[in-house]
Amino acid sequence: MSRIPLSALIGLFFTGTFFFVAIFAQWLAPYGLNEIAGDVWEEPSKTFLLGTDTVGRDLLSRMIYGAQVTIFIATMATALSFITGSILGFSAAVIGGWYDQILSRLVDLFMSIPSLILALVILSVMQVSIPVLIVVMGLLDSTRVYRLARAVAVDIAVMDYVEAAKLRGEGTGWIIFREILPNALSPLVAELGLRFIFAVLFVSTLSFLGLGVQPPLADWGGIVKENKDGLVYGISAALLPAFAIAALAISVNLVADWVLNRTTSLKGGRGA
Amino acid sequence: MTVNGPVLHMINIKIGATAYPPGERPRDVTLVDGVSLTLARGKVLGLIGESGAGKSTIGLASMAYGRGGVRLTGGEVIVNGRDILKGGTAGLRALRGREVTYVSQSAAASFNPAKRLMEQVIESCLTHGVMDRAAAEKRAVTLFRKLGLPNPETFGDRYPHQVSGGQLQRAMTAMALCPKPDLVVFDEPTTALDVTTQIDVLMAIKEAIRDTGVAALYITHDLAVVAQVSDEIMVLRNGKTVEWGTTDQIINAPREPYTQALVSVRSHEHPEKPPAAEPVLTVEAVTARYRSVPIDVLKNVSVEIAPGRTLAVVGESGSGKSTLARAITGLLPPSRGRIRFAGRPLSADLAGRTKDDLRELQMIYQMADVAMNPRQTVGTIIGRPLEFYFELRGAERDKRVQELLDQIEMGKGFADRYPAELSGGQKQRVCIARSLAAKPRLIICDEVTSALDPLVAEGILKLLLDLQAQENVAYLFITHDLATVRAIADSIAVMYKGEVVRYGLKSDVLAPPFDNYTDLLLSSVPEMRLGWLEEVIAHRKMESAGN
Repeated sequence: MSRIPLSALIGLFFTGTFFFVAIFAQWLAPYGLNEIAGDVWEEPSKTFLLGTDTVGRDLLSRMIYGAQVTIFIATMATALSFITGSILGFSAAVIGGWYDQILSRLVDLFMSIPSLILALVILSVMQVSIPVLIVVMGLLDSTRVYRLARAVAVDIAVMDYVEAAKLRGEGTGWIIFREILPNALSPLVAELGLRFIFAVLFVSTLSFLGLGVQPPLADWGGIVKENKDGLVYGISAALLPAFAIAALAISVNLVADWVLNRTTSLKGGRGA
Repeated sequence: MTVNGPVLHMINIKIGATAYPPGERPRDVTLVDGVSLTLARGKVLGLIGESGAGKSTIGLASMAYGRGGVRLTGGEVIVNGRDILKGGTAGLRALRGREVTYVSQSAAASFNPAKRLMEQVIESCLTHGVMDRAAAEKRAVTLFRKLGLPNPETFGDRYPHQVSGGQLQRAMTAMALCPKPDLVVFDEPTTALDVTTQIDVLMAIKEAIRDTGVAALYITHDLAVVAQVSDEIMVLRNGKTVEWGTTDQIINAPREPYTQALVSVRSHEHPEKPPAAEPVLTVEAVTARYRSVPIDVLKNVSVEIAPGRTLAVVGESGSGKSTLARAITGLLPPSRGRIRFAGRPLSADLAGRTKDDLRELQMIYQMADVAMNPRQTVGTIIGRPLEFYFELRGAERDKRVQELLDQIEMGKGFADRYPAELSGGQKQRVCIARSLAAKPRLIICDEVTSALDPLVAEGILKLLLDLQAQENVAYLFITHDLATVRAIADSIAVMYKGEVVRYGLKSDVLAPPFDNYTDLLLSSVPEMRLGWLEEVIAHRKMESAGN
């Protein structure tokens, strides 16, 4: 572990900080989420470190609570997309035939529609709540994970040790979870980091468009939306959550890059 | 280029690399440790040794090239009187492909599939400005003719996928000889070929070397092959020279014990056991084809195996021997014919077989490293069949795993290791233990020794015979190597283009009169004596002249 590059260390530090803040938001935030503590759009000061927002709530506290909501939704959606995507992808690779054809064409169909538009359509006809948001995002993203998992598993499924397991009479469950999964884990873990970031961007975009997290809860995308009018008057409140989104995206990407490098060097031999 | 003195002179070269063992810190390893050699103009030096002996590394060092992180750490490599390690990159560029050229093992993987053969054969002539395009193409055609390629005038117009493997290997030899080099490095040029193809390529290479007067390093693991083409042989082991002498001396009077072991390795003969009454496996008129290919890969194949006996299935690649194994295991249900196993009919499809059918019919693969899950320990790999078939758990299972490890002569401490921490021979032993754990009646061995070094392969064959004596298990032994057949078989089926062309007890199959194909196959197996290649070629020319 002594060979972690500097970029990955920076990424790990900031990712860790963001998650720490998200988990302990209730204890860290100086004011309540919807507590009107000052005047509209106050400048940063000792009482309000980042100033106040469009109705006078403390921006720092809202950012901290926003981190919790954003990261929670993104994590849950990523987890859901990985569980469904990889199980379906692996089983398609192992079972093959019609099962594989039907699933793969269905996934092609969903992937051919831009996922943001699809999500907007679905969310506009449903009552938006956090579980609904997680399920919609998770399932839409699972098409990408399905593609990757199937591609990796197809390569593994033709290995002699999988054939040996089939000849032994093992069931599909054993083959998926004991023979294929451990060998497909590294590329999937690397993909996990990237998908998490896409989930953060996705939920922020939805909230900015008004179809994501609904008030009284707030996430970063929502905070940008509430404060965007301030930009005209030279108020920077809308830029801070945008900056937080970018910082999280970059720091997780730095970590994902490092994991990706490690796994490719394991697969393709080192040095050459 | 005319310089007096040897073409190649290596003085005390040392070659190293950095290893990355799983779960440990990287460390430097020495691949070649102080090897010196001299190669005179027009001579052929054979480098022989098992995998990891450093023979390919030395071959590439003659071009000052190290594959994937391998580096020369000491010594001098003198080509045509210049120390090439001191020439810098520009010096190396002038040398490679001009003074020293290279023929690799897998021609199929080394040609650019998108370019015609001619373009690739004359490429180095043109880049080095040895001759103009017209002259280079003329030389290439001459070389094609010399190497016995069909239609030499138009051969260069084809793409790599349009010619056979043996032809591609000869085209690569033409490519190496085209710029009139002083030294050609042949790195296992015939290892990937069938014996019947190998003999033609060997003869072509030998004649081309003789006619062009080029010096050559000939790298191989097969002593019988190198004896046919080289003037001198150097035996290598673990990066050190074991013995270096004339071909005659190495083959007929080896001095070192290791060389003696290599020379005598293929002379084992297994006494044939008398046929038993009731066969354990009967294959009756099986015909099979792969989906979407309208050709029968197996045609009307009938064989049987008795308990405790070994049936060797011999043939070249594409003869259908592995397909026969797939038909028996149920991975490729036959379109016609029946298979009976242990006195009961066997379902054609894998899904229709009982747990006992599956248990009693085991399989061992050619490549042991892909036949084991790299993320499972040896204990899990061997223990799983015990859990699965016999419901052994915990301490009981561990005890049985250890018994099996003892049976394959691997002792304690291996159960916690991962496959990556085993040698090639140990991996194959673990695969044997895995199939043995199921207490099978029949084990299908698909080229189980082909990927192993000769001495290791011999150990595996001995182990298989011992286990057969202990457990009375029958083997269906698929191989292309007739020396292996002699060492293990009780009966033999010779396959050619999906048909069994000769079948019977070993003593009958290997005794004349032969059919044409068996004769060709038997006479193509290199024998470990000087002048064998010439004899066979002369014999064949005589026969074809007589017809």
